[in-house]
Amino acid sequence: MARRILPGFPLALGITLVYVSIIVVLPLGALVFKAASLGFEDYWRIVSSPRAVASYRVTALSALGATAFNLVFGMALAWVLVRYRFPGRRFVDALVDLPFALPTAVAGIALTTLFAENGWFGSVLAEICVKVAYTPLGIMVAMAFTSLPFIVRTVQPVLEDLDPALEEAAQTLGGSDRSIFLRVILPLLAPALLAGLSLSFARSLGEFGAIIFIAGNQPMSTEITALLAFIRLEEYDYQAAAAIASVLLITAFLMLAVTNILQARALRYTARG
Amino acid sequence: MKIRLDNVVKTFETFRAVHGVSLEIESGELVALLGPSGSGKTTILRMVAGLEYADAGHIYFGDEDATDIPVRDRGVGFVFQHYALFPHMTVAENIAFGMKVSKVRRDKTAIDARVTELLRLVQLEGLAERFPGQISGGQRQRVALARALAVDPKVLLLDEPFGALDANVRRDLRRWLREIHQELGITTLFVTHDQEEALDLADRVVILDKGQIVQQGTPEEVCRNPASAFVMNFLGDTNRFTAAVSDGVARLGEARIPAPGFDDGPVEIFLRPSDLGWSSSGAGIPATVARVIDRPAGRRILALTTTGEAVELDVAPETQVSAREQGIITIERARVYATG
Repeated sequence: MARRILPGFPLALGITLVYVSIIVVLPLGALVFKAASLGFEDYWRIVSSPRAVASYRVTALSALGATAFNLVFGMALAWVLVRYRFPGRRFVDALVDLPFALPTAVAGIALTTLFAENGWFGSVLAEICVKVAYTPLGIMVAMAFTSLPFIVRTVQPVLEDLDPALEEAAQTLGGSDRSIFLRVILPLLAPALLAGLSLSFARSLGEFGAIIFIAGNQPMSTEITALLAFIRLEEYDYQAAAAIASVLLITAFLMLAVTNILQARALRYTARG
Repeated sequence: MKIRLDNVVKTFETFRAVHGVSLEIESGELVALLGPSGSGKTTILRMVAGLEYADAGHIYFGDEDATDIPVRDRGVGFVFQHYALFPHMTVAENIAFGMKVSKVRRDKTAIDARVTELLRLVQLEGLAERFPGQISGGQRQRVALARALAVDPKVLLLDEPFGALDANVRRDLRRWLREIHQELGITTLFVTHDQEEALDLADRVVILDKGQIVQQGTPEEVCRNPASAFVMNFLGDTNRFTAAVSDGVARLGEARIPAPGFDDGPVEIFLRPSDLGWSSSGAGIPATVARVIDRPAGRRILALTTTGEAVELDVAPETQVSAREQGIITIERARVYATG
């Protein structure tokens, strides 16, 4: 092996591998192992049962909705925080991290209180016949709340590093604000946006605490996959729980793989050669 | 396109960057704005481009008052100090950008043809599909120029165009820019802090200090006849002495320097290293050699006068001289300025 200039490689790698093994690989391995102890037919029966499929649908669609909402709102938030100076900017900046710090159950209860039919938001929305609490819309609200920081925090540093001369150059070349945003800024933000989107979506798929309070948890309509796995655990049906959880795991893996590929494509201009 | 600045003022927060600058640039002229950092030269360039708005005064393009025309409608080509190429676009896409976003619709074949033509002009035919991160600094500079030229600007503005390049590339690009300017005849204004660059490239040099024009003229005019001690100092190495004038003559050691038109009293005398000679006898300033620096074109002597002042002078390469030798500094040319 070539001599290294930077010290500490064997020790650092050793510690990293041990931690990754104990904290990440081992539990996931146990999950897969448990699920695999079912025969293929049993496994398929559990993961394709109508109740499970309904839970996938509501989870995935709500996660998509929440992520789409965060894409727009999170980017706007990052944009405002980076581009403009206004009183209270640092306060808003600190507020963004709150969904990370707050116990998700507390968030769930707070959101339920607000959106229940007699709550502040819920009573107003009820007048225009929109029901949020105990519907998939409520799931979406809870998911959007808990995953908002991902988009803001991935886009923010890239936006901060964006050279103002790029926009000035585009202006001198006659670009309108719209074409500068679409042709210059958005493509440069794309890799960070993708990273934020995938994290936000993955978090939404796996969110549990905030959702169960607001969702109503009706099987076939507002029951999320994570809750279904939890119910199977409570029934001591560990294999079924593992089987359902493995579907979430595979989905998350696939999605991260796809985002990585997309990200590599969006960043191909940085390749040297 | 003729450009005229009429008493333009710009203030940033508490700091006044440009104090009432008036300037005319003839159509097709190549003009350098030369000054130290903080002299307001980049601010003036950015105001001409429309990237900053003037607080007072007017900027005319031809007969049209362009002061309040927004940058995207002003029709200027701007080359940024660090190029500001779009990193996610290829060289060809960068050059085509202005044509694609223009209000004037062009079809794809017309755009492609123009890109090819510009790539040939800047001698980068083979690099159309590369990304900016994959080419050298000098090549990026040329892409930036091609991109600015693509939209047929009325005026070309360059901000420290060669600042980030190494010396050889810089000299080549300078000559090349001069050729392109001759070929296209576009009115060009560029900013630099490098007097050699300004003198080498420009038809006319505008020297700025603290937000004001201190002298403007052809390179010959400003070199042969610097208007003030600041200009004298800024354009090249100098030795500065103070001396007293009596009867129109200043005395420096044994040397007598004519100072016609100066009243009796103290003056500042500036001597370029090449205006001085080294001799074993004669009327001049007695001095001791401290060190000799050899350069390709000659030798530079660092000497200390008997009154303790450090002097630098350039002598012919074959001059035999070494440290601790004593002699006389002879004066061939000198410039006298009032003390101030």
